[in-house]
Amino acid sequence: MASVVSGSLCIPARLWQNGPSASCLFNLSDGLADQNTYFAQRSQAPITTGTSVLGITFEGGVAIAADILGSYGSLARFRNCPRIMHVNDNIILGAGGDYADYQYLKDVIEQKILEEECLDDGFSIKPKALHCWLTRVMYNRRSKFDPFWNNFIVGGLQDDEPFLGTVDKLGTAYVDRHIATGYGAYMALPLMREEVERNPIMTKDAAQKLLVKCLEVLYYRDSRSFPKVKLIFDCLMSLQSLLSTCSFSFSPYCQLFYLFLISATI
Amino acid sequence: MSSIGTGYDLSASQFSPDGRVFQVEYAHKAVENSGTVIGLRGKDGVVFAVEKLVTSKLYEPGANKRIFNIDKNVGMAVSGLISDARQIVETARTEAMNYRAQYGSNIPLRFLNDRVSMYMHAYTLYSAVRPFGCSVILGAYEADGPVMYMIDPSGVSYGYYGCAVGKAKQAAKTEIEKLKLSDMTCKDLVKEAARIIYLVHDELKDKQFELELSWVGADTKGVFERVPQSVFQEAEKSAKAAMEDESDSDTEDM
Amino acid sequence: MGGPHSRYGLNEEKKSPLPLLGIEFCSSVLTGGNQWPCLILFRNQYDSDVTVWSPQGRLHQVEYAMEAVKLGSATVGLKNKTHAVLIALKRASSELSAHQKKIIPIDTHIGITIAGLTADARILSRYMRTECLNHKYAHDALLPVSRLITMLGNKMQACTQRYDRRPYGVGLLVAGYDDQGPHVYQTCPSANYFDCKAMAVGSRSQSARTYLEKHLEEFVDCDTDELIKHGLRALRDTLPNEVELNTKNVSIGIVGRNTPFKAFDEEGTAQYLRMIEGEEKRGGPPDTTGQDPTPPQPPPADDGPQDPIPAVAMETE
Repeated sequence: MASVVSGSLCIPARLWQNGPSASCLFNLSDGLADQNTYFAQRSQAPITTGTSVLGITFEGGVAIAADILGSYGSLARFRNCPRIMHVNDNIILGAGGDYADYQYLKDVIEQKILEEECLDDGFSIKPKALHCWLTRVMYNRRSKFDPFWNNFIVGGLQDDEPFLGTVDKLGTAYVDRHIATGYGAYMALPLMREEVERNPIMTKDAAQKLLVKCLEVLYYRDSRSFPKVKLIFDCLMSLQSLLSTCSFSFSPYCQLFYLFLISATI
Repeated sequence: MSSIGTGYDLSASQFSPDGRVFQVEYAHKAVENSGTVIGLRGKDGVVFAVEKLVTSKLYEPGANKRIFNIDKNVGMAVSGLISDARQIVETARTEAMNYRAQYGSNIPLRFLNDRVSMYMHAYTLYSAVRPFGCSVILGAYEADGPVMYMIDPSGVSYGYYGCAVGKAKQAAKTEIEKLKLSDMTCKDLVKEAARIIYLVHDELKDKQFELELSWVGADTKGVFERVPQSVFQEAEKSAKAAMEDESDSDTEDM
Repeated sequence: MGGPHSRYGLNEEKKSPLPLLGIEFCSSVLTGGNQWPCLILFRNQYDSDVTVWSPQGRLHQVEYAMEAVKLGSATVGLKNKTHAVLIALKRASSELSAHQKKIIPIDTHIGITIAGLTADARILSRYMRTECLNHKYAHDALLPVSRLITMLGNKMQACTQRYDRRPYGVGLLVAGYDDQGPHVYQTCPSANYFDCKAMAVGSRSQSARTYLEKHLEEFVDCDTDELIKHGLRALRDTLPNEVELNTKNVSIGIVGRNTPFKAFDEEGTAQYLRMIEGEEKRGGPPDTTGQDPTPPQPPPADDGPQDPIPAVAMETE
C-alpha cells in the first residue's frame, strides 16, 4: 500500500531516494511486489460485490444508504459487509462494486486522514477535495486498464453546504443533489426525483423516509439486495459534536444503522 | 578532547586514533545547544515538555512546534536542529504507515524505535552524509502500559522512565530524579514537567520561550495529543508559582 | 591540543578553533533562527562541507549560506487581519540593465519575494508552483500555505545533510492566504522556516525589522493601504542615505481575502510611494528615534559572494 500511496498520485516521492535508507533492511514488500510487471493481470470483473448505493442531500446535510450484503456472483454470500465509511468529521463515503477494492481504498483513505491529523495544522480534507481525489485515482487506474471496480458516493459538508458527488470505475464523476448507483439508478432515482420535485426543500426526516422507501423497493426488485442496510446522515441538525451510534428496527425486514455526524460549525 | 583539530574529526566515517568518531560527538553538541526537552513516564502515561526558545518577537506564537504526532497513538518530542528533526518525523511517520499497511494495526513503539534509530544510525556511517543534529524522544501508551524511548544523534536508543535533552539536561535530570515517577499519574506529571522546564530555563541567556506540553495515557485513551488548554494553563500557573518560591535556587542548578 | 596528528600544517593557534572563534556561541543557531554569529576571524577547518560538524555543533557551510541571503537586496513582508503584503527592493546590476525581479507569483493564493541567489530561488519557486498545481489537480483545492512551507522545508533540509549538495542560498518571504487567513512565512537556507507576523530579510534588513517590531501592534487592525505604507517605510529604512524608493526599484505584492496574489505595476506602486512621500526617513512617522542598533554597512558589492568577512549577525531581539 505504501508504494501506491507515495506513488505518482499526489504525495511527492521520498526526498531521500538515493541516500541510505533504514527501511530497505526490513521493508519486504517494496521491490518484490513491483517486479512482476511483465505478466500483469488486470481486473476484468468484480468478485465479491455490493449493490446500489443511494445518496441524497437535504436541508443542512446529506445522507447515504446501502445494504450490507456481499454478493458472490448471484449468491448472497457475505451478510455483514458494511460499505459506508466515515472519512472525517464532515465526509461520508459509500461504495458499491468490488468489495476488496473498496476495502483497499478505504485503507488508503484512512491513512490519508491519519496523516492529515498528525500534521495537526487545523486543516482537514473537504468532501469536494476527496471527491476530486477519488476521481483522479479512479481515472488513473482505468487509464491503465486496471480499474478499481467501484461506484463511490462522496457526501459531506463543504463549507457548511451539503455536497454529494459520485465517481465510477471509469472515472466518470459528477455532482448532484441525489445520486443512486447500480440497480438503484434504474429503480431508486426516479423515486427520488419524483419526491424532490414534489418537495424541493427536504427535511432530514423526509430524506430518511425517502431513502427507506427506495431501499424497500430495491429489496423487492434487486435480486442482489439484502434487508439490512447502513444509512449515514451527515448534517448540521444538532450542535453536539459527538458521534452517537444507535440501531433500531423499523420494520420486520429492515434494520437501520444510524451514524449521526454533526458538525460543530452551525 | 585532545584529538580535536587534528584532522581526525572531519568525517563521520573516520575514527580518531583513540577510537572515537568525533563527528557524532559534535552532532551531540548541536543538541546540547537547543532548548531543553523532557519526557516523563508515569504509571498511566507519558508526558513531554519542551522549552521552545523564541528568538524574535516578529514570529507568530505557537509556530515551529517541537512535539509531533507520529501516529494517532505515538508522539515524538525533538531537541536540536528542527529542520533535521522534521526529516526524522517524516521517516517515523512513513515507518508507522508501512507497519499499518502490512499488519493493520498501530506499530508497537519498540519496533518504531528500532526503525527510527536504525535510520539515524545510518547517517553516522558514511562520509557523504552527516549525523542528524537532533535527539528525539518517542512515547506511547500501549496495552501493557506507557513506553518511552530516546534516540541520540548516534542512533543509540534506550527506554527511559524519565529523560532530558538540550541545554539544561543536567539540571532537568537532577529534578527528574527527585520524582517518584512510577507512582505518578499524567495529571501530576504535567505539572512537574512544566515546573522543571520553567526551573531550568535560563532567563539571562534566552529571554523568551514557549512551553509545549503533550501527553498520551489512559486518560487520553491512548491518543497522543497536546494537553487541553485548561490543564496547560493550570500547569503553567503552578510552574510559575513554584519558580517564585525558589527563585534563588535555580542558579545553583546551573 | 594539537598533537602530532595535524595534517594541515596549521600554526599553533589554528589547531584549537574553540577559543579562537572567540565568540559566545549562540544556542539557537539552526533551531532558533536568524541569529548567526558570524565573526569568523580566520579560515577554520570545519567549514569545507555541509556534512562537517564543528566541535561546537555548528554547520559552517550552512551558516555561510545564510550569509548569501544578506547579500540580496532587502524585502519586507507583513500582514493584517485579511491581507499579506510583500515589498521588495530591486537592484539593477548596471546602468543599462533592468531591475532584477524580486517577486515571484506561485499560485492564486501564494506569492514570494526572494533575497539571495536568484537562480536558487527559481528552483524553489518552480518546486512550489508544481506542488500547488499538483494539489489543485488532485484535490481541486488550494494548498494550505503551512503545508507548502513544510514540504519546502523538507526539500531544503536534504541539501544541508549531504556531501554532494549545497544549501539553497536564498531566503524567501512567502505571503499567502488560506482558510486560516493571511500568512507571512520566512524560509532560510538552513531549511528553517518561521511563521511571522512581519519580517524583513536581505541586506541591511535589520533596520526594517526594527521598524516592524516597533509598529508590530498596529499592523493587525490597519487597512491594506496603511499596511503597504508600513511596508514601504520599513523598506525605506534599509536604504543608504543617498538612495530613494521609486517605481523602478520597488515591487509590491499583495494577497488576501478575495484578492488573488498580484504584483503591482509601476502605476500602482507609484500611487503608494506618493502616500509616504516627504515623510521623515528613519523610524516612520510617529517617532524618529528608532535608531538602527547596527551600524550601517556599505551595500555589498555586486560581484558575487566573497569570503566570509566579519559581518554583523542578524539580531532580532
